[in-house]
Amino acid sequence: MTSNSGESRTDKYFGQALKRKEDPRFITGAGNYTDDIVLPGMLHAAMVRSPYPHAKINGINKDSVLGMPGVEAVLTGQDIVDAGIGSIPVGWLLPELKTPAHPAIALTEANHVGDIVAVIVAETRALAEDAAAMLEVDYEPLPSVAFAGAAIAEGAPVVHDDVPGNVAFNWEIGDATAVQEQFNVAHKTVKLKLKNQRLIPNAIEPRASLAQFTPASGEYLLYTTSQNPHIHRLILAAFVMNIPEHKLRVISPDVGGGFGSKIFQYQEEVIMLLAARLMGRPVKWTARRSEAFVSDMQGRDHETETEMAVDKDGKMLAFRVNTLANLGAYQTLFAPAVPTYLYGTLCNGVYKLPAVHVKVQGVMTNTVPVDAYRGAGRPEATYAVERTVDAMAHAIGEDPAEFRRKNFIQPEDFPYQTPVALVYDSGNYEPALDMALNMMKYQELRAEQERMKGSNKILGVSVISYVEACGLAPSALVGQLGAQAGQWESSLVRVYPTGKVELFTGSHSHGQGHETAFPQIAADELQIPIEDIDLVHGDTGRMPYGWGTYGSRSAAVGGSALKVALQKITAKARKIAAHLLEASEEDVEHEGGVFRIKGAPDKSKTFFDVALMAHLAHSLPDGMEPGLEATAFYDPKNFVYPFGTHIAVVEIDTDTGKVDLRNYGCVDDCGPLINPLIVEGQVHGGIAQGAGQALWEEGAYDEEGNLLAASYMEYTMPRSDDLPMFQIDHTVTPSPHNPLGVKGIGESGTIAGSSAVANAVLDALWVECGIEHMDMPYTAEKVWKAIRASRAGMGQAADD
Amino acid sequence: MYPANFDYQKAASVDDAIKAMSDNPELKIIAGGHSLLPAMKLRLAQPPALLDIFNLEELKGIKEDGDFYVVGAMVTHADVMRSKIPLFPEVAGWVGDPMVRNRGTIGGSLAHADPSADYPAAALATGAEFVIRGMGGERTVGADEMFLGMFESAVEAGELLTHIRIPKGISSSVYEKYRHPASHYAIVGVAMARHADGQIRAAYTGAAEKAARLPKLEERLNAGQDAGTGLVEGADMLGDRFASAEFRAHLVDVLSDRAAKRLG
Amino acid sequence: MQLQVNGKTRQVQREDELLLWVLRDELGLTGTHYGCGIGICGSCTVLVDGQVTRSCLTPVASVAGKAVTTLEGLAKTGRGGAVTLHPVQQAFVENPLQCGWCLPGHVMSAVALLNANPAPTPEQIDDSAGINLCRCGGYNNVRKAVARAAELKRGGL
Repeated sequence: MTSNSGESRTDKYFGQALKRKEDPRFITGAGNYTDDIVLPGMLHAAMVRSPYPHAKINGINKDSVLGMPGVEAVLTGQDIVDAGIGSIPVGWLLPELKTPAHPAIALTEANHVGDIVAVIVAETRALAEDAAAMLEVDYEPLPSVAFAGAAIAEGAPVVHDDVPGNVAFNWEIGDATAVQEQFNVAHKTVKLKLKNQRLIPNAIEPRASLAQFTPASGEYLLYTTSQNPHIHRLILAAFVMNIPEHKLRVISPDVGGGFGSKIFQYQEEVIMLLAARLMGRPVKWTARRSEAFVSDMQGRDHETETEMAVDKDGKMLAFRVNTLANLGAYQTLFAPAVPTYLYGTLCNGVYKLPAVHVKVQGVMTNTVPVDAYRGAGRPEATYAVERTVDAMAHAIGEDPAEFRRKNFIQPEDFPYQTPVALVYDSGNYEPALDMALNMMKYQELRAEQERMKGSNKILGVSVISYVEACGLAPSALVGQLGAQAGQWESSLVRVYPTGKVELFTGSHSHGQGHETAFPQIAADELQIPIEDIDLVHGDTGRMPYGWGTYGSRSAAVGGSALKVALQKITAKARKIAAHLLEASEEDVEHEGGVFRIKGAPDKSKTFFDVALMAHLAHSLPDGMEPGLEATAFYDPKNFVYPFGTHIAVVEIDTDTGKVDLRNYGCVDDCGPLINPLIVEGQVHGGIAQGAGQALWEEGAYDEEGNLLAASYMEYTMPRSDDLPMFQIDHTVTPSPHNPLGVKGIGESGTIAGSSAVANAVLDALWVECGIEHMDMPYTAEKVWKAIRASRAGMGQAADD
Repeated sequence: MYPANFDYQKAASVDDAIKAMSDNPELKIIAGGHSLLPAMKLRLAQPPALLDIFNLEELKGIKEDGDFYVVGAMVTHADVMRSKIPLFPEVAGWVGDPMVRNRGTIGGSLAHADPSADYPAAALATGAEFVIRGMGGERTVGADEMFLGMFESAVEAGELLTHIRIPKGISSSVYEKYRHPASHYAIVGVAMARHADGQIRAAYTGAAEKAARLPKLEERLNAGQDAGTGLVEGADMLGDRFASAEFRAHLVDVLSDRAAKRLG
Repeated sequence: MQLQVNGKTRQVQREDELLLWVLRDELGLTGTHYGCGIGICGSCTVLVDGQVTRSCLTPVASVAGKAVTTLEGLAKTGRGGAVTLHPVQQAFVENPLQCGWCLPGHVMSAVALLNANPAPTPEQIDDSAGINLCRCGGYNNVRKAVARAAELKRGGL
């Protein structure tokens, strides 16, 4: 009757490189993304965005476009005020954080290029965009500032009057006195000035939203490109729109990449809901790429000073970090957390450091807001640590790999309390280092580097070891730290009478392959074929509550929630099976796909038998409720701590300064792999984005806040022919505190990648020219000038 | 992204296109569309009407005429790559990517006179000639008179570039390119050709407002010397975030040296 | 006007529109994606008479009478609705990309490449794949998939 009836199965799905369940639809063009969705009577919206980094809005002449054919409405900031719509809130509060208001449509002042000042609603997208280009807006440009350092200078233009001096927060972690004491007795110290440049996430699917309002019921439906539809619903309902939460259904269908940029509550989603209500028709907006450049939340942008101290044996004594974090023009969902708790706490790296102190100042500027972008704070921390570690290795004349090795936290030290709050629960750093060194033939690379010295092709090799904290997060802990949300995850497992199973998760897949990995977990626990299991996600109308996908949390938190729910199912199934087998529960084992009496293998019930009886309820144990369905809410006890070693090899053409990434290898430890095919993809993508930052990408602004890299003609995205084939391997150290032992892999490549490639470039320049530091991205001219300056005997090159 | 509304027509013949341009000065000729349409989408250009000449048979094909190859303006980069004309096939391989090469045309690119385009350097190095037709009839312009400035060629309003005449007898040729990391246009390109008389002609593109010959380089190479440095000393170079004027001038030297070594 | 799409004749209302929007908005073929609109990202790639073409830069009137193939037109549906994937599709299922947005570009480029060149070198694969941006960074798998597709095609699939 069903494919699983009576059949036993002993193979495990967990750990297999299964083909992804989502690919048959993607590969045939049958994906269902937000912009693909058409609702009857749908109108289209186009945003009118400020061309100025900072401007007073003196007036908007709606009549300049209201007569155009097909134009139905012009919405302005006054419409937001009139509808009683609130400011878009910040989701993570720090002590004394100053949060300027963030209206869905600017009322009196635009604060960055791309800030929305009006919205056109029209019959077609083309008409809306034509009208948006024609709308007359009377702007009065105001003084503006783009860079964090400039924004805190005396007399700098003020972005928001309620954030005097442009400083939104001052934050620190660690013991400054203890650090100073170590520096006082240090044998050697080094100091670096680093810039971690602004990046633009650039998911290739532009953001899109489509809203519908049903007046009779007061219900709203919002399709949107979201990594976390429940968070959108909560914010929109409770804080912005004042809609009863259950009357807003948020669906995030297939999503074409997020990388953090689709976490946040954006202005456009608020506008679509309001427009749908005002117009009485569905309204859709899809970003143009040129809008994405000036309206998707951006990443990184730190100006940092680091200092490290070691003793005479080269043992690390202390690490000090002082960072200016550019927050942009508004603070969005996680903005204050990214350069603080997701950054400062990771500035300990993988090392036994007696003292660490990190100080961060968050600065408002007239640029696109900065929030979480893949890695979010941890790539910046890794860069600060690993760049400084290399500088120290050079200063004391040690091999970078061996200097790291001798300062590693040792296996017996776990759980390890760092001086910056985190407790690393597990780890074993040396095997990953050794595997990576062997895999990449490190010693041979060093010999090759020596041979190439002085020629017009020079070689650079890096060895970087990282640890990250992901699997966000223990709710009570993040609550203490300022999070305005829980960080647990939920799962619902629904078994049908036919033994088919639907899993529901609050996690969201936008490329991570949840629809395959989650059923792999379930198929093992239920011991049924994976074909009988499907995952549902991305729809607040169908799933239990959840917090979405970011911070590499899906497997560790969402997967663990699933595991707990599955255990509830199998526990109940075992009771039913025992009842049907007329045995005591203790005598029933769940083996080979069947429930059977120990020692009497011919007496057994299949999962289907149990599922059917649970629903027929003709014969159930006394007092048992019918049905076979379970929900679990799983709150992790700690973060998870993936780690590993990455090695990059670059070749530099000294005539032109062009850097080629010749080879890249990594050994990551993300705990047990659920699906190696998916893990591999995550690692590839992470490295590509990390290498992108090191070599090409830069969200460059001029000092007033005009984005100079506002299209793919100026923002260099990594392409196929820019990257080598990556060599990937793993060690497996399970997380001790979650039921799957899994950690996270979605961000590791990015967290390690930018530092690995940066250190490789600087290794070449150090060995060849004695250049200690230059900032990313290592574009040809920058590298050529540095080499020229040093070869001309001008010593250490200035970073220009 | 939607461009502003436009009217689209296909031309029936070259003369028809010329007549249409004379009737409507705002009309834009479109060939492959890979330069004009992006500009329209960014609303940098908003012509009310487009006239497509891509399919005109009279502008297709490569013929031989005495000492010249005669290349139709609508020959695609992909077709150029497969042809036996000198230098241009190598250069075409550097233009854009396979998609651009399938749709983009040699005539469209040369008439557009993008300072970062690859072909102008090849035209100068080979000493190509340009056949241009307008209401007043046909005229021929030499390569040295073709590129007048940024996006400014000798093709005037109301005129159409119909053919490119490329001399035979070039014994060897090379193109060296340093491409823009994002756009893949030339930050600097250097083209070099040894002509029937044994003389070397060389030109660069990408580095200045227009492609130009490299007289100092030609002089040195034809005197049997190395390329050397300072080849564009004193010239006005372009500079931007990706490559300053100084760096571009340096790249002209580096690429010229590499080209000369490859040319042999 | 009429358009030949995936082997069928389709009636098109808007002649002054770009092919991408006609495919998506008028014909409901949403497997072809918008990514940048200026011909760089490659998500809008279709085949026109077998050649890779950026539909976001192609006036629909310019392809009248030519054969347009989109991602939806590759797989064959047989009796009982059984779907047979094109070898390139099959190879990309074995070597998956991630979010699916850039897939039309990578798949259509690979189809055109292998039609013209059944045994491409790694450089030729890169040259073809290099026209499509994949922010998920799945380029290693693109290389593997195209090489695998060439193998599958040679195997007569």
